[in-house]
Amino acid sequence: MRRYSPILAISAIAVFIFLLGPLVIVAAASVSNTEFLAFPPQGFSLRWFQNIFDVSAFGDTFLISLQIAVLSVFLSLLIGVPAAYAMSRFGFALPKALASFFVLPILVPQIVFGFSLLSAISVDFDLPVIPTLLIGHTIIVLPYSIRVVGASLATFDFSAEEAAISLGCPPVKAFFTIVLPNIRGGILAAFILAFITSLNNVPVSLFLTGPGVSTLPIQMLTYVENFFDPTVAALSVLLMVLTVLVMALVEKTLGLGYFVR
Amino acid sequence: MTKSLNLSGISAHYGRTQVLKDLDLDVKAGELVSLLGASGCGKTTTLRLIAGFLQATGGQVLLDGQDISGVAAHRRDIGLVFQNYALFPHMSVADNVGFGLKQRGVAGPERGARVDEMLGKVGLDAFSDRLPAALSGGQKQRVALARALVIKPSLLLFDEPLSNLDAKLRVDMRVEIRELQRAHDITAIYVTHDQEEAFSISDRVAIMDAGQISQYDTPETLYRRPANAFVANFVGFETMIDLRVTGRSGGHVSVEGRGANFSLDENVWGSVPDAFTLGARADGLRVVEANESEGLPATLTVRTYLGRSYHYRAETPLGSVLANGPIDRHFSEGDQARLVLVPEQCCILPATA
Repeated sequence: MRRYSPILAISAIAVFIFLLGPLVIVAAASVSNTEFLAFPPQGFSLRWFQNIFDVSAFGDTFLISLQIAVLSVFLSLLIGVPAAYAMSRFGFALPKALASFFVLPILVPQIVFGFSLLSAISVDFDLPVIPTLLIGHTIIVLPYSIRVVGASLATFDFSAEEAAISLGCPPVKAFFTIVLPNIRGGILAAFILAFITSLNNVPVSLFLTGPGVSTLPIQMLTYVENFFDPTVAALSVLLMVLTVLVMALVEKTLGLGYFVR
Repeated sequence: MTKSLNLSGISAHYGRTQVLKDLDLDVKAGELVSLLGASGCGKTTTLRLIAGFLQATGGQVLLDGQDISGVAAHRRDIGLVFQNYALFPHMSVADNVGFGLKQRGVAGPERGARVDEMLGKVGLDAFSDRLPAALSGGQKQRVALARALVIKPSLLLFDEPLSNLDAKLRVDMRVEIRELQRAHDITAIYVTHDQEEAFSISDRVAIMDAGQISQYDTPETLYRRPANAFVANFVGFETMIDLRVTGRSGGHVSVEGRGANFSLDENVWGSVPDAFTLGARADGLRVVEANESEGLPATLTVRTYLGRSYHYRAETPLGSVLANGPIDRHFSEGDQARLVLVPEQCCILPATA
């Protein structure tokens, strides 16, 4: 039997409480049979879960969020995979700053970024809300696509691609038949990571959503401003369950190593 | 059909750096030619240029007299074997080997038969369903070899194919490569930095230095009659002595260098130019007793034991040299001795100065 020092055990427990505590509180509050958020919960009721589906704005904005997430992630991969490929394959010939340039959307405070997009796209070009959101989200998830696909390409040996070409395979076909199948896992991981990032985003969406068109996180914020009942807590629980399911799926198919690596 | 390869006046640049300078190389149909040199000498660049992955900035690549400089890599019909095998990780051994045939539109049944036949030749029939990750290094390189050979390419290129294998396997594999290359009668270019490997399997070897071919000849000639100091050094002539002729009588030539005088017999040494550099391997300078009449006087310093003989570092009027002493006569460090030239282990090079 290994014995752990009491200090290590106590700090481990403290970290767990710190990480999981808020989630437990939210989950407990969601079943409270009160008109306001209460912890510890008073009574037990699932009516706030029922209420999520009664407030049509949640359903509508969830669909918009989903739509924006799927499309922006798809677009970011469309840009990110070739960019990551070019940087891994021809990195020696490209300026070193390029890789840093592509992580800028993570480094620049998103609130600043959201504001600049508002003034640049919404105001100057007068674009409708959905395309504006799409552009904004594509840019903020792009670094995830590039980094995760890039990590996957870093372990790929490009001489296999050259071997395919020498065997008579045209370069574009070689990319699809040799490179792509070997970075599938990385692309899926990038998809999920970027998807969750887009789905959760508040700071950029905050500036770009408009009257009647909003994303789920923004809708939740708005709701909490007006009603302080446990509906948002219930919705948070549903989102947590969804995330856990996605993660379980990833763990089963790829292993979480893709994110930790 | 077996094809010849000619490189004529090839130059190549990476950015502003010139990596190949007006390089010529002719390879006869069916020959195996090695490009031998240290890293950075341009041998891999030359190979990639022939494969079509790099464009020359000047000159022509002729395959059977036809310029292929403008032909895309995937249309050149060249088999490539890489140092790190470059197998397709997501495909079985059979699919790896069959890939080139598939690109050529060879139908399933015929493809299968040719893949099986080729896997048989490299002794991997039992492994056709495995993924590359489940193979050893030697097996992977056999798959790579089979994959390149099965398309019956006009040219086979090897880029340090054995560098990742252990010593014993390297020797076995190079024999296997040579046999397969002969059996299929395919012209081959073999890039390596290993002199023994290059000499053992090649018809001819091009020794490269700084983007140029220093000497291109059979291994035997390179080993015995290097054309210049670089090649001499590369094939193990460690001692270089600058000498000049002071007199000739009959077949005997008197030579002098830094105050030391001795004579060479032209019947043994061949014609001796007026000024030259004498290259000697350690075995080319034999240590004999100080009271012998012939030889260069020397003081022995460091002694190293090599099993079959001793090597000595010796201080002579011509400078510090490496010499070979018999196993049955044990000189001590600090002893006086004489050094006698062994012509078979020496060479006469153009004067360096």
